[in-house]
Amino acid sequence: MINFRLNDQVVEVDVPDDTPLLWVLRDELGLTGTKFGCGIAQCGACTVHVDGQARRSCVTPVSTIAGAVVTTIEGLAASAGFAEGALHPVQAAWIEAQAPQCGYCQSGQIMQAAALLSESADPTDAEISAGMAGNLCRCMAYVRIRKAIKIAAVAMSERAN
Amino acid sequence: MNRPSDYPMSRRWFLALAGAGVTTGVLSGPSSALVPAGQAPGDGYQPTVWYAIAGDGSITVHIHMAEMGQHVGTALARIVAEELEANWDDVTFVHVDTDPKWGYMVTGGSWSMNHNFVAFSHAGAAGRIAMIEAGAREMGVPANGCTARESKVIHGAQSITYGELVTRGAVDRQFTKDELAAIELKPVTERRLLNRDTVARDVPEKVDGSAIYGIDRSIEGMVYARPVMPPVRFGSTVARWDDSAAKKIPGYLQTVEIVDPTEICQGWLVVVAESWTAASKAADALDVTWEGGAGRETSEADLLAEGERLVKDDTAGSLFMLEGAPDAVLGAAETVHEGIYRTNTVLHMQLEPGNALVWQDGDTWHVHAGNQWQSLTLPLVAKALEIDPSKLVFETSYLGGGFGRRLFCDFVVPAALTAKAVGRPVKMVMSRSDDVQFDAPRSATVHRVRSVTDAAGAMRAYDHACAAGWSTAAIAPELLTDAVDGRGKVDAFSISGADHWYAAEAMRVRTIKNEMVHATLLPGNLRSVSAGYTLWAVETHVDEVAHTLGQDPAAFRRALLDAAGRNAGEAPHSVGGAARLRAVLDRVVEKSGWDKRGGLPKGTGMGIAVTAGQERAMPTWIATVAQVTVNCESGEVTVDHIWATIDAGTLVHPDGALSQAEGAILWGLSMAIYEGTKIENGLPRDQNFDTYTPLRMHQVPALDIDFVTNDYMPVGLGEPGVIGAAPAIGNAIFAATGARLRSIPMRPADILKALEA
Repeated sequence: MINFRLNDQVVEVDVPDDTPLLWVLRDELGLTGTKFGCGIAQCGACTVHVDGQARRSCVTPVSTIAGAVVTTIEGLAASAGFAEGALHPVQAAWIEAQAPQCGYCQSGQIMQAAALLSESADPTDAEISAGMAGNLCRCMAYVRIRKAIKIAAVAMSERAN
Repeated sequence: MNRPSDYPMSRRWFLALAGAGVTTGVLSGPSSALVPAGQAPGDGYQPTVWYAIAGDGSITVHIHMAEMGQHVGTALARIVAEELEANWDDVTFVHVDTDPKWGYMVTGGSWSMNHNFVAFSHAGAAGRIAMIEAGAREMGVPANGCTARESKVIHGAQSITYGELVTRGAVDRQFTKDELAAIELKPVTERRLLNRDTVARDVPEKVDGSAIYGIDRSIEGMVYARPVMPPVRFGSTVARWDDSAAKKIPGYLQTVEIVDPTEICQGWLVVVAESWTAASKAADALDVTWEGGAGRETSEADLLAEGERLVKDDTAGSLFMLEGAPDAVLGAAETVHEGIYRTNTVLHMQLEPGNALVWQDGDTWHVHAGNQWQSLTLPLVAKALEIDPSKLVFETSYLGGGFGRRLFCDFVVPAALTAKAVGRPVKMVMSRSDDVQFDAPRSATVHRVRSVTDAAGAMRAYDHACAAGWSTAAIAPELLTDAVDGRGKVDAFSISGADHWYAAEAMRVRTIKNEMVHATLLPGNLRSVSAGYTLWAVETHVDEVAHTLGQDPAAFRRALLDAAGRNAGEAPHSVGGAARLRAVLDRVVEKSGWDKRGGLPKGTGMGIAVTAGQERAMPTWIATVAQVTVNCESGEVTVDHIWATIDAGTLVHPDGALSQAEGAILWGLSMAIYEGTKIENGLPRDQNFDTYTPLRMHQVPALDIDFVTNDYMPVGLGEPGVIGAAPAIGNAIFAATGARLRSIPMRPADILKALEA
């Protein structure tokens, strides 16, 4: 049995220690917003937060997150203190910029962007490039992802003030 | 002479196949559709199958096209709403299943707006007409004094809403196919939604994790599966297998040896387990010995060498287009411009790997999987299951990328056969490397282009031969069309684009099926299809000729765009012909500062391409300029800026159009310098994103895309933006360095080699 905190609830799973967190989330806990793309931490579609840091869940053995706080796309807004049903500013910015195309990578993009903005509230273009380089968008919606990050940065700084 | 209308166009067979369903959408019956929760077609008044107006005033449009990033539901619903005079806020849509009433179902070719525009406009107009008639009756006024606006029928100060008319049971008119066809659409000056911006309705669920893709669905009693595939796609048989190591993995259930009546799976095993991770580990632990296997020695170099042999053999292949007497001009010319152009194998790498959930419910089988071509895949899966197609339903889901990979959903077959074998619902998910191994890639292509110009630059002859894998021959051979001289068949999807819009006195386009490709892999359709490689050859060659003649490559092209004869265009899809290409060329030249390119620093250059994909019957007019900087020490290319001007006719959803154009142009860039693989021992060398490296955030150039605004028939936008990027970049590399690249991808080593030449 492995316990961790998932989107503000304690969960307990009975799976082999080396099971990647990704598949625990998707198949054991039914949270399918986190996606499988490559299985080798090269595409970023599986990005979640572990103790506030962006992590590729496809290569994270579930045993290594025992006791940790895990946030997925489904819990992102709540993790930042937003009421149920409300969007995180990064998600709202994604809508404003009409960023998603097929959308499959976007949970990972949003989780990565939220982590980036928590470290750098007003990232430069170079910081966005560096921070997002690990997240592949096969539709190549990069122009709007960058735009959405900038919109979110403004919204979050206004909220902080 | 073969006129453009005589070409074996893909559009013709599509419409022939589509029949009444897609083109007219006649009459609705009681819905027998089996659709997933939340996807039920609308209730209420249905003037055609395409939408329903409920008593509460809500209008539900039925979307039979797949959503894979193009926001197709929003766009199709806008077409209906425009003619229906609906209040956009009343409109929603659902994606439907594979009930035959939806007609022929394929989402590809960038066709969705173009092919459905008339049917969905007529459907909307039919509703408006019926509502005005009913509203006039209810208000006791003459119908010809009524107008419709914002989901209301209006007569002077009186009005009645569509919802109220439905509630009263006042409207029930049904339209025959002929009545629909006779409807005159409203004048373009009365348009209130098309060419005006809106937001895509599918976006919110794509930002909160709630959107359901093929891979996301689960049902009671389901088990998981992962395939174990032979070393090559064709001709393998399983000699023996041993699962004793797999049996030690907790959750492992069994291994199914696939016997496939469709012969998609040749020598496959599928491992079944209680979880996907267990299935995956057990698949890795399975000990299998195969026999046979075709193409196990074949390499990319072999495929390209065979392609080159074929294009140089004048007797090979079939004629796609012939005008005038090219041989006479070529034979008499003092100078023939000639080049061999190549493209390497390209992988789809859609981010959602191949997967399918298959289960039996009573005597009906269900498939939940992203799917671009239900009308092709459904009969295939029915054949595999040895059931009547009427006993098979494909449910809908979002696609985690289509890009042509999900046109041929062959990966549903092993999932279905496994579900049948184990007697339980099966969700089969491929690992990334499985997905690559089983990809239907854009095969390697080789082109020989020869042309003759006069001293001023007028083209006296253009002769293009292309050898490639024929996707249509591989997946839907019944759709091959006759060669223009009646000798043999052609795959229009292997060659469209080579029949360009430049004036040429004599012109010949020949397409050759590279059988070595077909013996090695299954060549598929990949975003931009043939136009993505034929126009690489056309636009590189034309650029070379311009430079040989000492002419400005933009001015040289412009002079060839005379819009006369075969290039004059035809109503309704290509009104204006090459004149529209000339107009976008002029605009991109101006906005990119093309005429000031002489002032760019050393190592930086601009290149241009003008293209009209996907096919002559549905041209999207695009001019693309790329500016690149080349590091001549390392061979590394940085694309600094891409400008494009696009004329796609009416923009049904302008922001969606822009978003498709952005993605498509970056796809073209990605294939030009970052993608491409090589076949080694019959399989793609690259198996995952560690070595297959599509464009990432830090490699995105400045993009400047604008659209020509007009009210012509909408054409396609999912793919055409791809086409011009590679030749514009290659031509820019030449302008920057003098190195001429004739093969994509253009990797640093290729550039260094070309610099030495």
